Amino acid sequence: MLDSKIPSGPLEQKWTDYKGHVKLVNPANKRKLEVIVVGTGLAGASAAASLGELGYKVKAFCFQDSPRRAHSIAAQGGINAAKNYQNDGDSIFRLFYDTVKGGDYRAREANVHRLAEVSVNIIDQCVAQGVPFARDYGGLLNNRSFGGTQVKRTFYAAGQTGQQLLIGAYQALERQVALGNVKMYSRHEMLDVVIIEGKARGIICRNLVTGELEKHFGHAVLLCTGGYGNVFYLSTNAMGSNVTAAWKAHKKGAFFGNPCFTQIHPTCIPVSGDHQSKLTLMSESLRNDGRIWVPKQKGDKRKANDIPEEERDYYLERRYPAFGNLVPRDVASRAAKERCDAGYGVGTTGQAVYLDFKYNLINKYGRAEANKLGIDNPDTETLIRLGKEVVKEEYGNLFDMYEKITGENPYEVPMRIYPAVHYTMGGLWVDYELMTNVKGLYCLGEANFSDHGANRLGASALMQGLADGYFVIPYTIGNYLADEIATKPIPTDHPAFIETEKQVAGRIDTLMSIKGKQTVESFHKRLGKIMWEKCGMARNEQGLKEAIVEIQQLKKEFWSDVKIPGSINEMNPELDKAGRVADFIELGELMCKDALNRNESCGGHFREESQTEEGEAKRDDANYSYVAAWEYKGDSNWELHQEQLTFEVAKPTQRSYK
Amino acid sequence: MEQYSMNLTLKVWRQKNSAERGSFETYPVKNISSEMSFLEMIDVLNEELIRDGKDPIAFDHDCREGICGMCSMYINGRPHGPWQNNTVCQLHMRAYKDGDTIVIEPWRANAFPVIKDLMVDRSSFDRIIQAGGYISVNTGSPVDANAIPVEKDMADAAFAAAACIGCGACVAACKNSSAMLFLSAKVTHLALLPQGHPERRTRAMNMVAQMDKEGFGACTNTGACEAVCPKGISIENIARLNREYMMAGLASDK
Repeated sequence: MLDSKIPSGPLEQKWTDYKGHVKLVNPANKRKLEVIVVGTGLAGASAAASLGELGYKVKAFCFQDSPRRAHSIAAQGGINAAKNYQNDGDSIFRLFYDTVKGGDYRAREANVHRLAEVSVNIIDQCVAQGVPFARDYGGLLNNRSFGGTQVKRTFYAAGQTGQQLLIGAYQALERQVALGNVKMYSRHEMLDVVIIEGKARGIICRNLVTGELEKHFGHAVLLCTGGYGNVFYLSTNAMGSNVTAAWKAHKKGAFFGNPCFTQIHPTCIPVSGDHQSKLTLMSESLRNDGRIWVPKQKGDKRKANDIPEEERDYYLERRYPAFGNLVPRDVASRAAKERCDAGYGVGTTGQAVYLDFKYNLINKYGRAEANKLGIDNPDTETLIRLGKEVVKEEYGNLFDMYEKITGENPYEVPMRIYPAVHYTMGGLWVDYELMTNVKGLYCLGEANFSDHGANRLGASALMQGLADGYFVIPYTIGNYLADEIATKPIPTDHPAFIETEKQVAGRIDTLMSIKGKQTVESFHKRLGKIMWEKCGMARNEQGLKEAIVEIQQLKKEFWSDVKIPGSINEMNPELDKAGRVADFIELGELMCKDALNRNESCGGHFREESQTEEGEAKRDDANYSYVAAWEYKGDSNWELHQEQLTFEVAKPTQRSYK
Repeated sequence: MEQYSMNLTLKVWRQKNSAERGSFETYPVKNISSEMSFLEMIDVLNEELIRDGKDPIAFDHDCREGICGMCSMYINGRPHGPWQNNTVCQLHMRAYKDGDTIVIEPWRANAFPVIKDLMVDRSSFDRIIQAGGYISVNTGSPVDANAIPVEKDMADAAFAAAACIGCGACVAACKNSSAMLFLSAKVTHLALLPQGHPERRTRAMNMVAQMDKEGFGACTNTGACEAVCPKGISIENIARLNREYMMAGLASDK
């Protein structure tokens, strides 16, 4: 039933062969074909712009006030590409291999190889658009390294790489808007997908300013709506990031792949109190230059700078000498949790570890600068002063952000950090062409499940979003639309549109008529607590079973006691949020169900029942080397489909970073 | 830093929609922690309003990390509040003390009509970008990224201009509601890179024309924009825009 449509032939030839044989749509026919793109982050904006350039009639939707606000903008550290500009042994194969291994052998080889192949085109494209990547004094592009790799392949623009890439894609999109090839709908939220004779043919969305429902037709629908990390309430996602578009598609038949695969990012600013509305990431690139440690002595209450070198435990360097502070995210997060659970955590809550820049500030940057200036035997103060300048250029905005939030100066004292929910590897199941199992319904970027397996490597999300939008969908969508050239646009008074709109309106009416006592926010917080405690960094059978019961109760309570102010036909952010939280509650249950089903540890999914003697994640390839694709069968009811994963090139081994 | 708790008085602009007139409402807020962000303080107030059956305050916000550019509050007469180089989402309550009164308004400019309460329509910024704020290159096979070296200083300066988040604080701070800082940042970003050279003249002309059409005012070089810009965008960019515009208007290569 699940056909992943992976082309035959040797791995490195698949994409080339596919492109050489895929169906094409001639320019005159492209003008007759309409494509809906939901979401304008890296995947959505790049897809909408590229399809507009090709001549398709595109309608793009985002819930923010401008497509430039999408949360891709917050990505900090960088974007990977196998350019091998550093001559340090990188190649397409290495990027492919690192990604499959980093994902703990739960991703599709063919997709990952394609991603590595097109990574080099992304950098060329972005530079041509005017993305101001960091350069060295010769005027060529600079690179840094990220976790889970031993080469420097990450391109960056200070700590604002996502912003610069998104603005590049946004400008390409606005150019198409100006040319009339794309029509942009800002402050619009998709609330359902319209399916006619088994094919996605449009969407129902709410104009968030007027509250009116709108019907839009498309020969194909692309969901580029990002991840669902906000199911945990606290995450590094933007406040508006939500699962609603993907979830509506799921309830209309699209399978949800590996929902329990969540990435907990090791370096985030810790929670400061109950008022916390979101968490802020400190880029993984900081682990290039920061060393992570806790005191060797349990419950040591001294200030960080008062703890002498020999009383510090650089636990990542101790446990993983080969990769040290640059182990993948899942490994680093669990190691931090292990130390804090064992009583070595720092800060008022004990739920934090130190990320310390002093060593590299002095020894790496300070000394290099002193050498350049010909200063012999510089004292520590000079080294710090010189080193600071370099660190400021590399990470200035991140250090400023840390200081604004915590009131502490990270040039002087180590940052306090703790893991937080950051990214979701799971998402709608898609085939090699990025089509879900619903014909004509595509899913791109973080919203799909495909390329990162059970753990995503740093600087690979930007790569995947842009790969999908710029270089994959423009080819693969033609293979579908070539057979649709005779399909006339379906008027939106078609019964399927009317019926779907009625369902959407009905749900909004129901929500507004509950008139209960508890706010939407309070339900979201409670859901987040259940998810974080029982389906977070560590999971076990008992906890997951409890979580499912608790979430079902929470759902009942929500639908009988939620309080939403205002009315329907006006701007009503609380109503928008209520719809999203209702979907998160349902998703949360599925995540727990998926985590319960997967009785192995892999990547970010850590089942306490399945670990090695050293406490590392232990996979069970004999039983779980598959993508879990869940089919919605009605309220709290799903059927599991399995897509078996085969590894012909990157043979699964116990992942080791020691 | 020691955490403390405070009681405050908020005077907030309330306006049902773009058609109706707005006015200030006064709200006391209690037990606000100095560790909260400013928007978390508004969250607390909104939760209370909802529980009391009142309409919560509508405001734009999304990333809460100072990068998406969506948040936009005019606080005690200053866009984004008292801190330098800062967005309101990154403003924290340790900027205030017990007993303070805080006045909160939306961005005020003809080209930014109020949608509701503190939320304004900034689509005019998108239309300025549509007028030329891009490099006309289709997705495809451009030259290798390292084929055209870019002087590091130029690349750094282009990046500094490209750091603009499009929030509109510059417009809100300007007595003429001019969008020159926003526009000049984009023109500078693209003019300093070799990739942006082919279109630099039409870009400057067309973007300025669109800015005028949207109803933004003229620039009189007071520098209020630079002083409040959360990303520290310099008014040197405005000087560069003026040069670009003059060159575009005066010179002809043909």
